Amino acid sequence: MQPARSPTAPGRSIATVVLGQLCLPLGQIVAYVIASSVVLSLLMVAISLALAGSAVDQACVEGLGMNLFVFTLVNLPQVLMDGMTIGFVYATIALGYTMVYGVLEFINFAHSEIFAIGAFVGVELLIALTGAKLLPGISVLAACAYLGLAIVIAMIAAGLMAVAVERIAYRPLRRAPRLVPLISAIGVSFFLQDLIRLVESLTTGQFHRIIPTFGNFDQRLSLASFPLQDNQIEISIQVKSIIVIAAAILMLVGLNYLVNATRMGKAIRSVAQDQQTASLMGIDVNRYISLTFLIGGALGGAAGVLYALKFTRIDPFVGFFPGLKAFAAAVLGGIGNLTGALLGGIVLGMLETFAGAYLSTFTMGAAGAEYKDILAFAILILVLVFRPSGLLGEEVGHKA
Amino acid sequence: MNTLLPPQQGLCLLNWCNKGLAPYFLSLLYLAMGTALVYAYPRSLPAFLVFLSSTLLIYSLEMDTRVKLGLAFLITVVLMPVIGIRNISYLEVIFQISIFAALGLGLNIVVGFAGLLDLGYVAFYAVGAYLWAFFGSQQMFLLHEIPGTAPAGTPFFLPPDAFYLFVFAAVAVAAVAGILLGLPVLRLRGDYLAVVTLGFGEVIRVLANNLDKPLNLTNGPQGISPIQRPTLPEPLLAALRAVLDPVVGHAVTEAEFYNLFFYLLALTLIVITIVAVRRLDDSKLGRAWTAIREDELAAVAMGIPLVRMKLGAFAAGASFAGAMGVLFAASRTFVSPESFSFMQSIGVLAIVILGGLGSIPGVILGAAVVTILNLQVLQGLSLTLSQLRQSDAMIPIINFPWRSLSSQLDPAKYQRMLFGLILIVMMIYRPGGLIPAERRQRELGEDTETDPVADGGENDDEGVTFGEQNHGGR
Repeated sequence: MQPARSPTAPGRSIATVVLGQLCLPLGQIVAYVIASSVVLSLLMVAISLALAGSAVDQACVEGLGMNLFVFTLVNLPQVLMDGMTIGFVYATIALGYTMVYGVLEFINFAHSEIFAIGAFVGVELLIALTGAKLLPGISVLAACAYLGLAIVIAMIAAGLMAVAVERIAYRPLRRAPRLVPLISAIGVSFFLQDLIRLVESLTTGQFHRIIPTFGNFDQRLSLASFPLQDNQIEISIQVKSIIVIAAAILMLVGLNYLVNATRMGKAIRSVAQDQQTASLMGIDVNRYISLTFLIGGALGGAAGVLYALKFTRIDPFVGFFPGLKAFAAAVLGGIGNLTGALLGGIVLGMLETFAGAYLSTFTMGAAGAEYKDILAFAILILVLVFRPSGLLGEEVGHKA
Repeated sequence: MNTLLPPQQGLCLLNWCNKGLAPYFLSLLYLAMGTALVYAYPRSLPAFLVFLSSTLLIYSLEMDTRVKLGLAFLITVVLMPVIGIRNISYLEVIFQISIFAALGLGLNIVVGFAGLLDLGYVAFYAVGAYLWAFFGSQQMFLLHEIPGTAPAGTPFFLPPDAFYLFVFAAVAVAAVAGILLGLPVLRLRGDYLAVVTLGFGEVIRVLANNLDKPLNLTNGPQGISPIQRPTLPEPLLAALRAVLDPVVGHAVTEAEFYNLFFYLLALTLIVITIVAVRRLDDSKLGRAWTAIREDELAAVAMGIPLVRMKLGAFAAGASFAGAMGVLFAASRTFVSPESFSFMQSIGVLAIVILGGLGSIPGVILGAAVVTILNLQVLQGLSLTLSQLRQSDAMIPIINFPWRSLSSQLDPAKYQRMLFGLILIVMMIYRPGGLIPAERRQRELGEDTETDPVADGGENDDEGVTFGEQNHGGR
């Protein structure tokens, strides 16, 4: 975890806090989103122009009735919106990995299942509310309130689960060689997958759950529309995408405040820097490690509900791929670095959505969206080979 | 060979049994009892377990190594086939055990000796399997067909006996795959390496699923079938029939011979693996691996070429998996991406961890325990549960009828929970495994009091506990 950006001097004015801890991260988020959107869009447009007149272009004209350049532009707004949405979900999960890594230097493999537990708790609650006839036909505001309730409860459940996992499976192994807690974490991950399945099949008799439709979250808001040759470029966004993005930003800014501007955050950062010295300064190291897991788990749980809202269908193994991608995102941004996790998540989400939308057309059907799941690994390997410290990480010495 | 328990910790009875001629009588008696039991009750799991555990007894007793090897040969090559043909499900179980034991021994080189956590080990197995699946089936002539639309009468690309050649080819191809994966990632620290190898495993699976276009190489999710098996020479079969038919009590079919054949082939591969691993362990290479595992920085300082040694471990581990893959493809006559999931990799890892990292007998025991739990115990539970569902019985204490229990609850499908529990429990309570490796035993023996169990608990105060955090990059 990075040392404090702004020293928490006593007697700061409210204005410094607002400016430094709320506006700065917001500005970073906006900058990252815009930068990655612009870079990727320009890249895509450049490729489409470079391929103009080629066999790929002709195949596109025959198949879709427009040339490659128009095809790229028509799809661009939707791809950017989707990429942003999924990017924020990845960023929220990646924060859980990066916080634990910052404090313990250990990959919490079970984080993907903490995410899945959050998704299940949230979705089961919403299903129960629908069963109690509370959800159908309510206003947007009430729907948001119920969704907020589901997110909060999922956060509590997932956070407590993460703390329990740390207490049972990781704490006894804290002094063991590196691979020992890692193997234990893989075990926890597998165990939790089947635990979710067991609980779900005992209580509901099925383990594929679908989030109930309520409010008007599926509705599309049309923002703008302009013609291009014979086609229309529609800029629209789904209500649920707005909710996902807003909730994620709220949590990211909140976490930033918590870690960088409070006494608690200071204690966590000191534990991350040097546990022994921190304990000599009177910090209860175990408590703050548990707290780290609580916060990371809660973020994962919230991400689970947001993921369910975006993709509607969940099963006990739902955490596997998002978890791995979020880990790749954390490494991409520089593991242990909160801002890096955010950047990595957004970039990875965008890249993946671009690959899903364009790969098939640009390779004339030879490779399609089915490869987008392994794109994250390709990026992971490239980052680890060429810049192991990640985009924003600092060069660190070899720690055996 | 070492004993299961150090003398000072062993029971008095075991000490008495372990002197002079006593162990010879004891093991022969136990083996005879086990064989008689299995022969008398060919369908009983406990009888089969008694029989299998005789190998463990023979291993742990103090006897002449030659006698031990002779008895092991007797059990695996003479008794097992007879028992297996009398009840074909046992042959399947021991075939699975031998496949997983061979995979475990290969992974053991990577994880146990060199300390590189490979979570995508099954990918190399898949490489071997798909290699023979592609060349040993009609797939070569179906490159431009849509999956599932093979024209009738498509010839096979290679004769069935090319199988033997491909066992060696797979060794080479898998080793090259191991080196190719290893080159970019082996500079990384252990935990990153784990995630990257996991990713590689998924990449191979996704490729197997999707390489049915633009060229139909893998036939996509449907998998490749049929795959040829090597021919069995007819005179040999006739001779074997003459011996086996009266012993097993029925005419042995060709399918049973094939099962037997693949079991013996797997056994041969295991023996080769064991010899190779034992020789490697004491070689310059093996010592370099141990040095890397214990402390990378110190190993580099001592002049060990880190990347080359790690690549060697990766290639050696991968090559065993490749050979087993060819065997698997031929024995099943069918491969599909399903067989090479992440769960399989974790299953093999669970075997190595349960048995003991770096310990050959441990890995074989681990393979036996995990396979029996997986194939016999979990499925037995499923069977019992489905019988209970048919009855009117109630679950005791909570008084809930079995009949209303969700039909989704099928213990046979809870392998993940099994593997997960094995990994967690072993790491917390017995990180050395059931039969710890000799070297590790010596290390742990010095300070058993400070092993990870001791510093869990409530006395885990801040400060001192973290003094050596993350020390020693195993």
